[in-house]
Amino acid sequence: MRGRTPWVVVPLAAVGVAYVALPFAALLQRAPWTSLLDEVRRPVVTDALQLSVTTALAATAFSLVIGIPLAWVLARTSIPGRSSVRALVTLPMVLPPVVGGAALLFAFGRRGLLGGPVYDTTGLLLPFSAWGVVAANTFVAMPFLVLTVESGLRAADTRYEDAAATLGASRWTIFRRVTVPNAAPSIITGALLCWARALGEFGATVTFAGNLQGRTQTMPLAVFLALESDRDAAIALSLVLIAVSLAVLVPLRDRWLAG
Amino acid sequence: MKLHARARALAAAWALAAVLTACGSDADGDGERAAAGTDEVTTASTAQGGTRAAAPDAAIEGTVTVFAAASLTDAFEEVAAAFEAGNREVTVELSFASSSTLREQILAGAPADVFASANQSNVEELVEAGAATGAADFVENELQIVVPAGNPGAVKGLADLADDDLLVGLCAQEVPCGQLGREALAKAGVTPSIDTDEPDVRSLLTKVGAGELDVGLVYRTDVLAAGEAVEGIDLAPDQEVTTTYPITTLTDGGNPEAGAAFVAFVLSARGQEILASYGFDPP
Repeated sequence: MRGRTPWVVVPLAAVGVAYVALPFAALLQRAPWTSLLDEVRRPVVTDALQLSVTTALAATAFSLVIGIPLAWVLARTSIPGRSSVRALVTLPMVLPPVVGGAALLFAFGRRGLLGGPVYDTTGLLLPFSAWGVVAANTFVAMPFLVLTVESGLRAADTRYEDAAATLGASRWTIFRRVTVPNAAPSIITGALLCWARALGEFGATVTFAGNLQGRTQTMPLAVFLALESDRDAAIALSLVLIAVSLAVLVPLRDRWLAG
Repeated sequence: MKLHARARALAAAWALAAVLTACGSDADGDGERAAAGTDEVTTASTAQGGTRAAAPDAAIEGTVTVFAAASLTDAFEEVAAAFEAGNREVTVELSFASSSTLREQILAGAPADVFASANQSNVEELVEAGAATGAADFVENELQIVVPAGNPGAVKGLADLADDDLLVGLCAQEVPCGQLGREALAKAGVTPSIDTDEPDVRSLLTKVGAGELDVGLVYRTDVLAAGEAVEGIDLAPDQEVTTTYPITTLTDGGNPEAGAAFVAFVLSARGQEILASYGFDPP
């Protein structure tokens, strides 16, 4: 294959790499290396990191539970309006996250479409809580899982499922024992993408869940506020976020290469 | 009355407000309290306003680029229109963002002629860097308690912000309106039970206007701009906190004459009249 490299591709790819690498290099160049450890140990950072990691995990878990069945319906059924459903489900990817956050507030807020009656009867409130962060993350990040799993399901060989059916397996058993394991690579990739997107979520979170250290202040929110007052702290926070993201994205890349 | 129409439009278009807020504008009027250290930049004000306002019709032309704090958005659009009406050869280009964002852009070489900041420190930094020449204070703003229309939390004063049962929002302490709010609370001896530290004043206002928060602390001009969706409650006289906005010409601007004329217009009686109609006090 190496002999067949179309050479025009190489410089363009190099431009692509440089374009992404340069801002990160600039960030590293501005980093307060000497005080980095102190910056990272501050409670505001550890609180935000812990909240970010756990809420992103929870959002990924919710996305898996809802998203895999959704991807299956999109990939394997021919329900009417399927393409509209797909468009709807991917809408959060193109919507500015802040608009998503406002929409969530209209739906699940104290005066929201669903949130209003729920609050009036039970006193339960999603905004301004860690669950609100999870809700915002799920809304924004789930499409990444759904689309990835859907394309995985489309590419999968359905004859295994046919064989399982002829052997007498129930539909649920087939889904659980054949379909999902077959789609495992795409599910793992989708889950990682979903988690990474949730980890970096800003707009929907701040609009829907607000910002309070230890309760709803995730890393991106802490970075944003630190930028207003203390650039060194903001860069230090960003580096932590980048390090955590890379720890996830590198295995993700390996999986793609392996696949 | 113009204000009224604007207010209604804003109340109706809550979603739009949310979008606008999102664009990172810190809208908050960024205002820092008129701290002791600000005196040196205020001294030039009257002189500058006086001399330059005297010659508004000097042959100025071209484009004048004005960077202004987001909290000035509505007011400065009208100010710019009035300035253009009086100087037909001049076009005003307005750019609104948080004062600190604009400061960074100016330091990075953005070609602006005028900078109107909602806090003193941004202008002081530019003066120190040699990017701005002498500033003049042009308006004052003050903090107000904001509640949703109808005041569902039955808020009466700052003391209610300590109520655990109310949903309380402040500006984050990193932004000036958050610092100012905490100053007022400290004066009142109130430890607030905060549910969210909003990144800017407009996002706080938006959440109060939607009824998702029971009470917040914002600028009086923001309460006016939000119209019927919210109600403002004045702070008790001994709790009042105010902030002063400076305006300055920039040394790297492409049109210094027009920039100076714009500053003079803002400081003139007509400019002050427009600003007052948006709830700003004279400095």
